Amino acid sequence: MIETGLIALTRLLTGAVVRSNGFAFEPPAQRIYYANHTSHMDTLLLWSLIPKEQRRNTHPAAAKDYWWSSPWRQYLAERVFRAVPVARQRVNREDDPLRPLEAALAAGGSLIFFPEGTRGAGGHIQPFRGGLYHLASKFPHVTLVPVYIDNLNRVLPKGEFLPVPIICTVRIGAGFKVGPTETKADFIARAHSLLEALVPT
Amino acid sequence: MMLFHDRQFQILLALLLGVLSSGSLVGVILARRIRTEKGKEAVANLNARLKAWWAMVAVFVLSVLVGPIGSVVLFALVSFMALREYFALSSTMRSDHRVLLWLVFVILPVNYILVAIQWYGLFAVFIPVYAFIGLQIRAALAGSTEQFLDRTARTQWGMMVTVYFVSYVPAILMMQIPGYSEAGQNFKLLLFLVTVAQASDVLQYVVGKLAGRQPIAPSISPNKTVEGFAGGVALASLLGAGLYWITPFTVLQAGLLALVICLMGFAGGLVMSATKRDRGIKDFGTLLPGHGGILDRIDGICFAAPIFFHLTRYFFSAA
Repeated sequence: MIETGLIALTRLLTGAVVRSNGFAFEPPAQRIYYANHTSHMDTLLLWSLIPKEQRRNTHPAAAKDYWWSSPWRQYLAERVFRAVPVARQRVNREDDPLRPLEAALAAGGSLIFFPEGTRGAGGHIQPFRGGLYHLASKFPHVTLVPVYIDNLNRVLPKGEFLPVPIICTVRIGAGFKVGPTETKADFIARAHSLLEALVPT
Repeated sequence: MMLFHDRQFQILLALLLGVLSSGSLVGVILARRIRTEKGKEAVANLNARLKAWWAMVAVFVLSVLVGPIGSVVLFALVSFMALREYFALSSTMRSDHRVLLWLVFVILPVNYILVAIQWYGLFAVFIPVYAFIGLQIRAALAGSTEQFLDRTARTQWGMMVTVYFVSYVPAILMMQIPGYSEAGQNFKLLLFLVTVAQASDVLQYVVGKLAGRQPIAPSISPNKTVEGFAGGVALASLLGAGLYWITPFTVLQAGLLALVICLMGFAGGLVMSATKRDRGIKDFGTLLPGHGGILDRIDGICFAAPIFFHLTRYFFSAA
């Protein structure tokens, strides 16, 4: 019920148009969708565009300090999005913030991941943090899929509460995998440039 | 559904369905005959357009049949979707967010509520006076002076085209034309406007494809031709004259008003093309396959509706 309602609302506000650049949802595969992050609605929009059967097994990585801060958000995160909590501040050395994501991948799920770590102002993609590489190198069989979300920062900018309707385009690029000998720096640079390649000129 | 028993409406509907069916038949025949790559592409586009036409006619006719509230809700939704497309391409800034919230969640609903309760006096001035001034004040209060005039001009023009002008289509239902409106016939006047405006678009396209030579506005719309314009406008005006029996007009009056609708529709298409060209895009959206976005379909009617409304109101209405 809530899921259908949220998806309908997202469609109404964004008109959600998908432009595929060599990507197809079928056949299903274990994937990490990584996207630019400019709005709280990023997760919702990308999640709503994934085909229903695959959506159930696709878990957005959600900031623990935001999504687990009120009962209503927690309900949405756990029951509706089936999100995985990620601590943005490392509490102590042993507490690896990526562990819940690894568990989700180990269980055969797919992820929605924002490698910039925090929401940008839109317009340009910030440098990636290392998380994407750690996940990809631990699970080399998982396909990485770059997703560029355009305009959503205008639907619901940082610091605003109510969204306005503006057509958004979601550009999904072809999937790729981490190379067997690829270094962290090379991989991060490649993933970043593949996402940047989707930015409309 | 009382309106469905109107004999004139039934005839008009039969005509519409007849035209659509023959169009689809031509599409099917062409799809079988045409062999060249380029021709196939054109036919595929034609068939996508026809399919969208069926859907649009179905939604439009059903909403009109529901009664006044049906048309008001339909065009409120059209305004909403047109706004969504307009602001996707007109570069608003972060500080415009609150202004847009007012536009979408206050001004748009109030405008259509005024149409629904048929309060003409306030409807006519609500957007051009109150909203026009109010939005500007809200934009100034937002505190950002960066490109202030550019930004606010874009927002105001977007509000005019996508909300105010579009709402003149259902506003036709509140006109008081002696000997016509008392019997609840205004919905046929709405059908007259929409049918003529859309027929003008289609006929200009068809005549242009068949006989177009001379471009009419090469820097704005390279595909529009003098032949298509003249032929399409002439045929659609004749069609309007031929539909006089569903209106309060004589044959000549219906033909002249149809001519005005066609000319304004052409002008609207031209203005919106200039807007798109400025932003470097071909279509406003992808909602209607073959047509583009909803703004691509209604650009003509945006300009035709308010002029048609006020001409009819001035010359034929009692109040």
